[in-house]
Amino acid sequence: MEKRVRFRGWLLPTLLVVPQLAITAIFFFVPAGQAVWQSLFIPDPFGLRSQFVGLGNFVFLLSDPFYRASFVTTAIFSASVAFVSMAVALWLAVLADRLIKGSGTYRTLLIWPYAVAPAVAGVLWLFMFNTRVGLVSWYLGLLGYDWNHTLNGEEAMGLVVIASSWGRISYNFLFFLAGLQAIPKSVIEAAAIDGARFWKRFWTIVFPLLSPTTFFLLVVNVVYAFFETFGVIHTITSGGPQQSTTILVYKVFSDGFVGQDLGSSAAQSVILLVVVGILTIVQFKYIERKVHY
Amino acid sequence: MGGMVEKRGVSYWLIHAGLILGVAIIFFPIWLAFVASTVDQQDIIRPPMPLLPGDQFLENYGRALTSGVNAPVARMLLNSSVMALGIAFGKIVISLLSAFAIVYFRFPGRRLFFWLIFLTLMLPVEVRIVPTYEVAANFGMLNSYSGLILPLIASATATFLFRQFFMTVPDELAEAARVDGARPMRFFFDILVPMSRTNIAALFVILFIYGWNQYLWPLLITTDPQMNTIVMGIKQMFPSGDDLADWPVIMATSLLAMIPPVVVVILMQNLFVRGLMESEK
Amino acid sequence: MAAITLDSVHKSFGRTEVIHGVSIDIQDGEFIVIVGPSGCGKSTLLRMVAGLETVTRGEVRIDGVCVNDEEPMDRDIAMVFQNYALYPHMSVFDNMAYGLKIARVPKSEIQRRVNVAAEMLQLEALLERRPRELSGGQRQRVAMGRAIVRKPKVFLFDEPLSNLDAKLRVQMRLEIRDLQKELGVTSLYVTHDQVEAMTLADRMVVMNKGIADQKGAPLEVYSDPRTAFVAGFIGSPATNFLPVEAATNPRHDASLLGVRPEHAITCTPSEGRIQGRLIYAEALGAETLLHVKLADGILFTVRQAGTDPIPSEGAECGIIWDQRHQLMFRADGIRCEE
Repeated sequence: MEKRVRFRGWLLPTLLVVPQLAITAIFFFVPAGQAVWQSLFIPDPFGLRSQFVGLGNFVFLLSDPFYRASFVTTAIFSASVAFVSMAVALWLAVLADRLIKGSGTYRTLLIWPYAVAPAVAGVLWLFMFNTRVGLVSWYLGLLGYDWNHTLNGEEAMGLVVIASSWGRISYNFLFFLAGLQAIPKSVIEAAAIDGARFWKRFWTIVFPLLSPTTFFLLVVNVVYAFFETFGVIHTITSGGPQQSTTILVYKVFSDGFVGQDLGSSAAQSVILLVVVGILTIVQFKYIERKVHY
Repeated sequence: MGGMVEKRGVSYWLIHAGLILGVAIIFFPIWLAFVASTVDQQDIIRPPMPLLPGDQFLENYGRALTSGVNAPVARMLLNSSVMALGIAFGKIVISLLSAFAIVYFRFPGRRLFFWLIFLTLMLPVEVRIVPTYEVAANFGMLNSYSGLILPLIASATATFLFRQFFMTVPDELAEAARVDGARPMRFFFDILVPMSRTNIAALFVILFIYGWNQYLWPLLITTDPQMNTIVMGIKQMFPSGDDLADWPVIMATSLLAMIPPVVVVILMQNLFVRGLMESEK
Repeated sequence: MAAITLDSVHKSFGRTEVIHGVSIDIQDGEFIVIVGPSGCGKSTLLRMVAGLETVTRGEVRIDGVCVNDEEPMDRDIAMVFQNYALYPHMSVFDNMAYGLKIARVPKSEIQRRVNVAAEMLQLEALLERRPRELSGGQRQRVAMGRAIVRKPKVFLFDEPLSNLDAKLRVQMRLEIRDLQKELGVTSLYVTHDQVEAMTLADRMVVMNKGIADQKGAPLEVYSDPRTAFVAGFIGSPATNFLPVEAATNPRHDASLLGVRPEHAITCTPSEGRIQGRLIYAEALGAETLLHVKLADGILFTVRQAGTDPIPSEGAECGIIWDQRHQLMFRADGIRCEE
């Protein structure tokens, strides 16, 4: 799609794109290029010289059990966050959609957690499950369950999943509600006249019609879990215990800044870059299809 | 699936009960944080903590705002505001300008520029964090507002949004403006920007929240507590080792950290929803 | 006021040429209507005069000065767009005043000119409204007002009435005509509606596939079409076309015969030059249109006065016409020389 109108000249438009171009070049292309470059070297322990190792960093990473474990951790984490946040949101959206009046009020009550930073959400949940003072962990103790996410990797994973999903429910709720409201009432009524009861209608009519929204949210939530949950992990577990919550983005950070292993960190960045690339293409393919829909 | 099919009755109240339960679960962590920010440290370290607010509200919030743990929270609020506003305004301004250029002009390198910008859609700052940090450090941007803001402006979402909107502006308006004697920038400021104002406002809400909630980048770029933003500063308030955290102050700070973006979302709810649906990101 | 000259103007988009050399001389104060079907290049031609499209080859001159490379604003023109192109966020007043503000006309003068135009167009009560609060006809007037306040040398109209309903279109047509006569501004008006063209134009230009088929006063074009296309496009109902064998004294170079509906009358089959069956009679009151299906399947329309007796539908009939009104065309569509 192109505009018929255009103004003449090349100097003005060039000046207009300069700010964005400059910032993009300096803070995007240079660092991305550097990541690719650094991924091919191993710096010596004193940081004075680097040795070219080709794809050595990648080979090492892919055979590194810790890195492979981090991949698995990320997969479990992302899938869980996407599932939990979408399931709860869909449940609430289905309920709100059935109201004739008042769904707006519930929307207002449900959307604001979107505005709470993941790191702040992490602190809130950490407080509830804190091993010393946490209210929830204390009650669990009364029930005879000894909660300690600082020692138990599965509990740690559970906690970061819940804390990451919590703020995400709002976003998913909004899209599910919009998706539900876009389904023509006549389709539902036809099914009702055909004698389908509510849950039957939901699984055979509503859920399939909602699948574009569901698919879109799935991709977006996986992207979210990959990249935007750093704050949650850092505040609650710092990747522990024993790296059980070290997702890929966290590992880039901890190897690069804490471990000062720049070559490995850069190689990890490049691998992530490829992963994001794939996710973005999936997302765009989908959006494109929706546009022509 | 409205009431035309399901009748009022037991199911109607079950729906409300289900929704209220959902809202309560979502509110619960905030409520606990609020209670914790109004009681004494002693009430918290002997679990279970109370479920109703105490009388230390002013005391805790006052302590947080004026002294905090490492730096006064008032200072961190200022830093966060500068960062969030800087990112929101910065992105909107440069995106408006470049979207205007790619939609209304044909200039050499236009396609290349378009694709370069398109590439940046893909990469969140988290992925290229180490080299970006090095670049910022080389520019002497550590512990500065420009260091907090500029690297996060390098994204293309806003540019694409404005591009999409400009494409829907009828061609005849630009032609009428040309016939009326408006040069390109005059058309931009007199016609295009005023026509985009709802889009600008919607984007502002999204970007403000995005900027306010940044965590990893401020964590790296600010080593001086005086430059910490509030969202990343909370974690810095936890003591290292086994010391007991100052929970009332930390929880007061957490609430202070969420109030500005939450207020923005609630006050500008419709714009916010619209912005989300349009950017889908 | 100004004279406009289009001197063998060509326009290409990429490799496709859409205007194949059009020349028109427009006198000072004249009202010229360019008429043709969609895609004939008439809007492109207008936009080249406006400066919104570049001229590929040839020259556009205003008052003898070539303006090919001048920006629209430097040509001293005003334009009324098909969809009005009002600035949605500005009041009616600001919409009309915008061009003057850019030209740095003093505030009091802007006020005065806008008020004069508003009065002329009965817009005084609407000056504070936004375009979306106006009806289609009112928007149309605002678009006119925006053109008037500029006091340009030339008015350009790009199908300005096509978004109005039929009744309003007739009314606005008259208003535009009056306004142009009153202001005496040279005007170029593009439309696909031949009735508009006939009623508005001092002279009209009939465009066909990027070529100006004919230029002339409306009645002259009507009665003396130079091509088969013009004969078919101007006039409603359209000219009937028949194989030239049906003509009396067919010319040796002719291949097509045209007969206007009002020049034909029905008669008994034996009296007719051609024969057919009346399939439908449209009685419109003042006139009646008789649709006759000829033996070879061609539909022939005859127009008669509403008071004439109407033959019964389904009846066989003949058709005759006066030899003087026969229009004969060559195989390439050009009218045979008399």
